[in-house]
Amino acid sequence: MRTEGFAVRADALSRGFGDRWALAGVNLRVRAGSSLLLAGHNGAGKTTLLRILAGLLRPTSGAVQVAGVDLSKDLHRARRKVALIAHQGQHYLDLSAGENLALVTRLLGRTQADASAALARVGLSERTDDVVRTFSAGMRKRLAFARILLQAPDVVLLDEPWGQLDPAGFRFVDELLGEFCADGRAVIVATHLVERAGRLLDHGLLLDGGSPAWVGAARDLPQAMSEEAT
Amino acid sequence: MSRPMLRQTWTVLRKDLLLSWRGRARIVAMLSFAVVTLMLFSFAVGPNADALARHAGGYLWLALLLSSVLSLGQSFQLELEDSALEGLTLLPVDPRALFFGKAIANAAQLMVLGVALVPLSLVLFGTTVEGSWLGLVGFLALGTAGLAAPGTLYSAMTSRAKGSDVMLPLLLFPLVVPVLLAATKGSSLSLQGDPMSQAKSWATILLCFDLVYWSLCPVLFGRVLDD
Repeated sequence: MRTEGFAVRADALSRGFGDRWALAGVNLRVRAGSSLLLAGHNGAGKTTLLRILAGLLRPTSGAVQVAGVDLSKDLHRARRKVALIAHQGQHYLDLSAGENLALVTRLLGRTQADASAALARVGLSERTDDVVRTFSAGMRKRLAFARILLQAPDVVLLDEPWGQLDPAGFRFVDELLGEFCADGRAVIVATHLVERAGRLLDHGLLLDGGSPAWVGAARDLPQAMSEEAT
Repeated sequence: MSRPMLRQTWTVLRKDLLLSWRGRARIVAMLSFAVVTLMLFSFAVGPNADALARHAGGYLWLALLLSSVLSLGQSFQLELEDSALEGLTLLPVDPRALFFGKAIANAAQLMVLGVALVPLSLVLFGTTVEGSWLGLVGFLALGTAGLAAPGTLYSAMTSRAKGSDVMLPLLLFPLVVPVLLAATKGSSLSLQGDPMSQAKSWATILLCFDLVYWSLCPVLFGRVLDD
C-alpha cells in the first residue's frame, strides 16, 4: 500500500557547509506515483537535496517528510521508505554481486530467488559470482538498480541514473522510471541529461546556487535552462 | 534481543567475517605487526630471562592492543569504501544489530590473534603455562571483548574524521586501561600460577567492564551513525 498524497514533502529546506549555503529555502512536494526532475549546474544543490531526502544528511533548517514520516522524528523508519542511487554504488567491493544482494535480501526478509530475479533483470546473472571490485562503473550502477528492485521503496531517489551506462542501460533506466511511477512510487531524478529526463518525468525543478530558480513541467525544463543561460 | 535483531546481527557478522577472509592479506599484516611488537619487547628488555617471563602477560596484551588499532580501523574503512555503509543504513537494519555484528567480528579476529600470539610469547619470553590454559583462553576472550566493543564504537566515530589513524588510539587507549590492567593481571596469573586464587577477582572485574561496554556502546553507536 503506497502513501496517499505527498510521498515527499520538504518545507523551507536549507543546508549550509561552513559559511556557504548548498541549499537555501527549498520547498518540495512530490506525489506518490509521480516524478520530479532536479536540474542545475554543478554545485547547484541537487545531490545535497537528495541526500537530505534520504536521511543521510541533516538539514540546517527546514522540515522533511518521506512517505508520511518526519525525518526529524523517526529517521530510521523514514530511511527504510527510501532507496537512493548515488554517485558511489554503495556495494562491498570485496564481495561478489550475489553476496552483496544476498546481504540485502537477508536484511529485507526476501528470498534468494528474488535476488536472482533482480540480478537477471539488470543483466548481471552471468557475473553473480564475480567480486564487485572487478566490475566496471556501469555494472556497479546496474547492481545498484538490482538492490532498488529488491527494496521496493516508497520513494526512489536517483542521482545521475544514466551515468556510466551503455545505450542498453539507458533504455533499461527509462523503462524502470516508468515502472516505478506505475507502481505508485515517487521518483526524484537529479541529472544533467535534462532532454532525456524531461521526456520521461512529470515535473521539473531547476536549482541555482541552492535555491529554486524555475518550477514547471519537466518537458519544459530544457527550454527554461537554455533561456536562463542566455 | 529479538529474533529479527538476532538475524540481522548474524547477517552483519557473516558479512564482516567474509570481508575479513577476503582481505586476509590485512590479517597477515596485523599478525606480522603483533609478532614484531612482541620481538621488540623482548629486545628492549634484553637477556633478563626472569623479567621477560614475569611480564609476559603484559607484553602479550600490549601487542594485542597495538594490533587492535589496525584491525578496528580497517573494519570501518571497508564500510566507507564505495559508501557501502550508506547503502546499509537505508535497509531495515537495527543500528544495534549493526554494532553487535561488527563488534563480535572484531572480537573474534582479536581472539584468533591472541591465541596465535600465545605460543610465540611462551617461546620468546621463556615461560610456560603453570596456571590454567582454560583461564588464559578465558582472559583472552574477556579481554578482546573489552577491546572490541569500545573499539568498534570509536572506529565508527573516527573513520570519517581527518587523521582517523591517530584519533582512534588516542580515544581508545585511555578508555580500555581497566580492561588492559585486568586482562594482563589475569593472563599473568594463568601463566605463572595463581596460589592466592586472585584470577577469579580479575575475571569478575573484566566481566563487569565488558557488560558496561557491551550495554552502552550499541546505544551510542546508533547516535554515531545518525550523525
